[in-house]
Amino acid sequence: MPKEEFSGAEIVLKALKDQGVDTVFGYPGGVTLPLYDEIYKQNFLRHILTRHEQGAMHAAEGYARSTGKVGVALVTSGPGATNTVTGLTDAMMDSIPLVCLTGQVPTGLIGNDAFQEADITGITRACTKHNYLVKDVADLARVMHEAFFVAANGRPGPVLIDLPKDVLMDQAQYIEPAKAKPRSYKPQVKGDAKAIEKAVKMMAKAKRPIIYAGGGVINSGPKASKLLTELVAKTGFPVTLTLMGLGAVPASDPRFLGMLGMHGTYESNMAMHGSDFMLCVGARFDDRVTGALDSFAPQAKKVHIDIDPSSINKNILVDVGIVGDVGAVLGEMMKQWKALKAVPDGKALKNWWADIDTWRARKCLSYKKSGKMMRPQFVLEQLREACQGKDVFFTTDVGQHQMWSAQYLNIEKPNHWMTSGGLGTMGYGMPAALGVQVAHPKSVVVCVSSECSIQMNLQEFATAVQYGLPVKVVLLNNGFMGMVRQWQELFYGERYSETRMEVHPDFVKLAEAFGALGIKVEKSTELKKAYEKMLAYDGPVIIDARIDPTENVFPMIPAGHPHNDMILGPGDTVETANDEEDVVLA
Amino acid sequence: MFGTYANEDDIRFHTIGVLVDNEPGVLARVIGLFSGRGYNIKSLTVAEVNPEENLSRITIVTSGTAQIIEQIKAQLSRLVPVHNVRDMTLDGPRVEREVALLKVKGRGNKRVEALRIADIFRARAVDSTNESFVFEIVGNTEKLNAFIGLMAPLGLVDVARTGVVAMGRGVEALLGMMSD
Ligand SMILES: Cc1ncc(C[n+]2csc(CCOP(=O)(O)OP(=O)(O)O)c2C)c(N)n1
Ligand SMILES: [Mg+2]
Repeated sequence: MPKEEFSGAEIVLKALKDQGVDTVFGYPGGVTLPLYDEIYKQNFLRHILTRHEQGAMHAAEGYARSTGKVGVALVTSGPGATNTVTGLTDAMMDSIPLVCLTGQVPTGLIGNDAFQEADITGITRACTKHNYLVKDVADLARVMHEAFFVAANGRPGPVLIDLPKDVLMDQAQYIEPAKAKPRSYKPQVKGDAKAIEKAVKMMAKAKRPIIYAGGGVINSGPKASKLLTELVAKTGFPVTLTLMGLGAVPASDPRFLGMLGMHGTYESNMAMHGSDFMLCVGARFDDRVTGALDSFAPQAKKVHIDIDPSSINKNILVDVGIVGDVGAVLGEMMKQWKALKAVPDGKALKNWWADIDTWRARKCLSYKKSGKMMRPQFVLEQLREACQGKDVFFTTDVGQHQMWSAQYLNIEKPNHWMTSGGLGTMGYGMPAALGVQVAHPKSVVVCVSSECSIQMNLQEFATAVQYGLPVKVVLLNNGFMGMVRQWQELFYGERYSETRMEVHPDFVKLAEAFGALGIKVEKSTELKKAYEKMLAYDGPVIIDARIDPTENVFPMIPAGHPHNDMILGPGDTVETANDEEDVVLA
Repeated sequence: MFGTYANEDDIRFHTIGVLVDNEPGVLARVIGLFSGRGYNIKSLTVAEVNPEENLSRITIVTSGTAQIIEQIKAQLSRLVPVHNVRDMTLDGPRVEREVALLKVKGRGNKRVEALRIADIFRARAVDSTNESFVFEIVGNTEKLNAFIGLMAPLGLVDVARTGVVAMGRGVEALLGMMSD
């Protein structure tokens, strides 16, 4: 008896089911109609209809980052497909596993400049981990499964599948995931035992060690974060995290020095600079972290663990590179540490911690609480307190509020912090929060944003209301593109060119117009109440917190400067800050 | 792998063999990687080498510091349709060959001289008219460069080159198709 055949659209749905997908974020159009018709007929798959394809992409990212699962988006051809480019690039830069399904004109019309045709596999070749144009329905099931494998394995990333309309309607047999492993893509998971042993021996000898960990720890899964925290406890080494790594070690861990890099803490950056041994775990020596390459941690012997061999020796040459999954390698490291009965150099460590304590004593994150206007730092500290004891997920947009969030929200758990690190995409925060809330309906999901970023994907508020997703948006409203204004103040003679929008919506009325709750807060004393109201309200909320527009993010290392060249607060300066390098913006 | 290198900043040429799935877009992916990350391509050749398994072989001659060459290999390796990447320059002795076709136009002494030099280089005349030859020459890049240089004053009007293909000496194989 011949095997049963299914339409391409049915095959897509079957594959999604077999891949354990229960939610897609999407937006329909002409060529995806066969798929939408199948979605109509079933009930295992929840479709969240966003207001813009970019919103669907960031929502899928938030979903993926907060669950560790692959996020799925579904859009139509042409403009629907091109609207995904920012989200794909964002996911590529931050290693977020996504599968993006795009509709395409029928195969016979491809290349003819047909209505709503875009060469999306051509357009997205550089911003996807891999992409496919399925021209024959017989390949469809295999491609679907392979795409999920590629998105989730090795260094995670976005995979796009372009689906011509006729392929969705043609018939073919279905094959199960187990029968569809890619022929060529076989990322290395286990680290090289010899290299790990070498690293462990270096650790035992280190006098001024630092562990520098990043988003790779989060991607590897909660076990990796647990192992990292254990390693920190076992060795007594100080640890610093990148923007993407926050939560990998609890912020309350006494050995956590805070975030490092351009807006990292004084103690983190000084410890990086002064270290004689560095263990880099799932981070990639990004320029926002290293500053000037030739004066980066000049005395440190460096060990780098990463699942992506191309991350090793890309920016910084290291002494030992270990290719493998962070969790697997850390597990092996702990084993070897015990097997070798390694002990850290206690005396040296004590001196090192004494140095670190003097740096900590500078209290680089303290801020002036006086003044008429609210301080963003205070707004965030209060937010943190208001959420105490709740399972809370934070997302951010991009700008000063993002850096303050990284500094003051004290993320305790992995997968609870969603921010656009590599690409720095304004407009990420709100739709990402939607995705998080879909995955965690009972948790508190807060998007910290500012008045400019929020307007980039504001339309998604309607999505939140439609699906009863009670996301809370806290605007640190400074009336400026604060981060750009800060650079203009520090490096462009206070010439505030085009960084103030003269017209903003009334965010309270705007929230109401969407059917949400809006609360305006102008005084510090009103904050507590506002947060209580926000958390008690069963629906989306915008808090419009008016903060001091002149406030800047400190500490700050100007781009291209070494780690010990930090501006700690207003009035503090670094020589030669105004050179070409400095104009590269976050 | 992953050590520090002697003479790190010297620019060196490496010949890299890449075995890929022969699928649409694979060449664009490889070329896009080079242009997107600012790597050099001195020569690139590609052709299907195993139709049953649907495999193509790409040979790239590129240049850069030791660190860049490492990066190029790592970046190539993580492309999904890539099966195998070999640094043929590091692998040891190898054979490198290119084919060139040259059209030389002229009469009289120059024509005789062109034929004489072609003979020395073991180039074959694969087409001839009263006033032109097309020569075919096989060899490594240096040999072809030398031949083309000598033909230039003798009426050289057209050149086509395949780019380099390479294979390691000895038993090691990139493709491994005949192994069992
Ligand atoms: C899509 C996009 N466009 C432009 C930028 C450049 N940029 C970085 S921060 C910033 C200002 C953000 O302003 P706002 O959202 O008000 O945040 P604030 O800095 O005031 O907290 C801009 C324009 C960007 N990161 N993303
Ligand atoms: Mg602002």
